[in-house]
Amino acid sequence: MVGQSAAEGRKAGRAGMRLVGGTALAHGEAVRLDGVSIAFTLKGGKRYVAVEGIDLAVMPGEFVAVVGPTGSGKSTLLNAAAGLLKPAAGSVTVFSSALSGLNGRAGYLFQADALMPWKTALDNVAVALEPQKVPRAEALARAREWLAKVGLATFVDRYPHMLSGGQRKRVALAQMLIRDPEILLMDEPFGPLDAQTRQIMGNLLLELWAANRKAVMFVTHDLEEAIALADRVVVLSAGPAARIVGEFKVDLARPRDISEIRLEPHFHALYKEIWSCLRVEVSRAYAGGPA
Amino acid sequence: MRAVPREDDDVDDEPENAIVSRLGLLALQILVGLVGFAIWHVLTVYPILGAPKQIQFFFSTPVEVLKRTWMEMTNPEIWGHLWITLQETVLAFVFGAAGGIAFGFLFARNALLAAVFDPYIKAANALPRVVLAPIFALWFGLGIWSKVALGFTLVFFIVFFNVYQGVREVSPVVLNNARMLGMSERGLLRHVYWPSALTWMFSSLHTAVGFALVGAVVGEYLGSSAGLGYKIHEAESVFDVTGVFAGMLILTVFVIVIDTIVTLIENRLLVWRPQAGGQG
Ligand SMILES: Nc1ncnc2c1ncn2[C@@H]1O[C@H](COP(=O)(O)OP(=O)(O)OP(=O)(O)O)[C@@H](O)[C@H]1O
Ligand SMILES: [Mg+2]
Repeated sequence: MVGQSAAEGRKAGRAGMRLVGGTALAHGEAVRLDGVSIAFTLKGGKRYVAVEGIDLAVMPGEFVAVVGPTGSGKSTLLNAAAGLLKPAAGSVTVFSSALSGLNGRAGYLFQADALMPWKTALDNVAVALEPQKVPRAEALARAREWLAKVGLATFVDRYPHMLSGGQRKRVALAQMLIRDPEILLMDEPFGPLDAQTRQIMGNLLLELWAANRKAVMFVTHDLEEAIALADRVVVLSAGPAARIVGEFKVDLARPRDISEIRLEPHFHALYKEIWSCLRVEVSRAYAGGPA
Repeated sequence: MRAVPREDDDVDDEPENAIVSRLGLLALQILVGLVGFAIWHVLTVYPILGAPKQIQFFFSTPVEVLKRTWMEMTNPEIWGHLWITLQETVLAFVFGAAGGIAFGFLFARNALLAAVFDPYIKAANALPRVVLAPIFALWFGLGIWSKVALGFTLVFFIVFFNVYQGVREVSPVVLNNARMLGMSERGLLRHVYWPSALTWMFSSLHTAVGFALVGAVVGEYLGSSAGLGYKIHEAESVFDVTGVFAGMLILTVFVIVIDTIVTLIENRLLVWRPQAGGQG
């Protein structure tokens, strides 16, 4: 279970907290990436290395936010943790066993719309229980409960195209949470929403998470949101071959209120510290890549 | 008035921005029909293009055609012909759609199979199906089955290509999401591939049903002893232009009725689809 030596060496500074007896600590980790590199083969046979040498671990009950410039490989990392992408090098470990195939213990909230357009909100959520052999009537009842929890009690019979972007995200959230997965992978879940809705959704997410703490890997490009939500913020460098360039503990008290926490002095200090790290990468992403 | 399937957008859909009210639109539509009939009437009854007797031999007159149509429709014989044509159409559609769905799924889920058979399918689809009619008559006789076979070859490929496309072009995000929800291959088939394929199939439903009817009528026309195509052919063989037009009119009404039923079924099954004019 000890990370590969190359990866371990590169990350010596950061890995300090779990260097002592890697095996013992690895035991507790919900998901762990060790020296993960992911490459895509482009048309014409060229290889594009999106992320390289990523060491990242999320403990059960821990909320980790991943920030980085656009195109840095945040979604790619989540896909690796979900088992949708196979790393070219390195390993993915889920609750101490090597991941092969899909990560069955994780729920994934995709960056793009992923609801089945031919099912109503209710059916979209209820169908998530089908693989667990939950009887249909019970699944529907529980789906109704979850839709009520995300504030969509009166929208159960709508098809996705009749819902707003924010409502669709809430359905997707309910769809993911109803299965009660041990790991939550969220890819810019509030991406397309306006500032107010983002805050409402953020508070809703924190509330749900506080009631039932899971390991969370939360991708966002919004640093304020990352700090407001997470226990730890991980900064990804600009691609290609993006690496983790910074890792910051967010020691703000919980429970938090997204809209109010931004006013705290310590929040500002954290923001400044992390931004000084992120800013370099963001400007690199725009200067370096034609993307 | 077309007796062939329509591929374009429906005329009977709600206009996106109501320029005229529904009733007003209907009045305009009827007006166009009436003007058409009026021109036809004037040109065939009055000596404008030549002697009316001669003109009428080629074009008949609307009054004659309507009279004949009414006579035919009130004669129980026509219902027997319609019934035969309907049977052939429905059978051709059902078998063609079933075959198209089965093979569409099979090929879409099996890349090797699809690659191997690709040239043959393209070749078979490129063949004008009409040339098969005499062969089918030889194989299946002059009864309904040779017409069903002809309709089948038309419907099969439309449904096949659409289902194939529908299964192949399932949104990868929707698919990955369903897989992350823990769905088995069977669950994916039922909740993702099948509905997606159905959408594509329904997008071509009007065309497919239309082609089933074309297969039936063309088959009857080329060799049979019953059905609408036979009626038209019978009238044509004795230069009974009024009879031909009356047959075409009945065929048109028949097509419109079937098409309306298809639209009703489609609207029921695809309620989840964004409506035109609504937001996408
Ligand atoms: N299937 C693919 N084939 C080739 N390149 C890909 C593929 N998927 C992603 N990439 C590349 O990998 C890099 C990382 O992509 P990724 O989607 O992970 O970025 P991201 O950090 O999530 O960006 P954003 O914030 O815009 O969502 C990008 O440069 C992208 O172009
Ligand atoms: Mg992304």
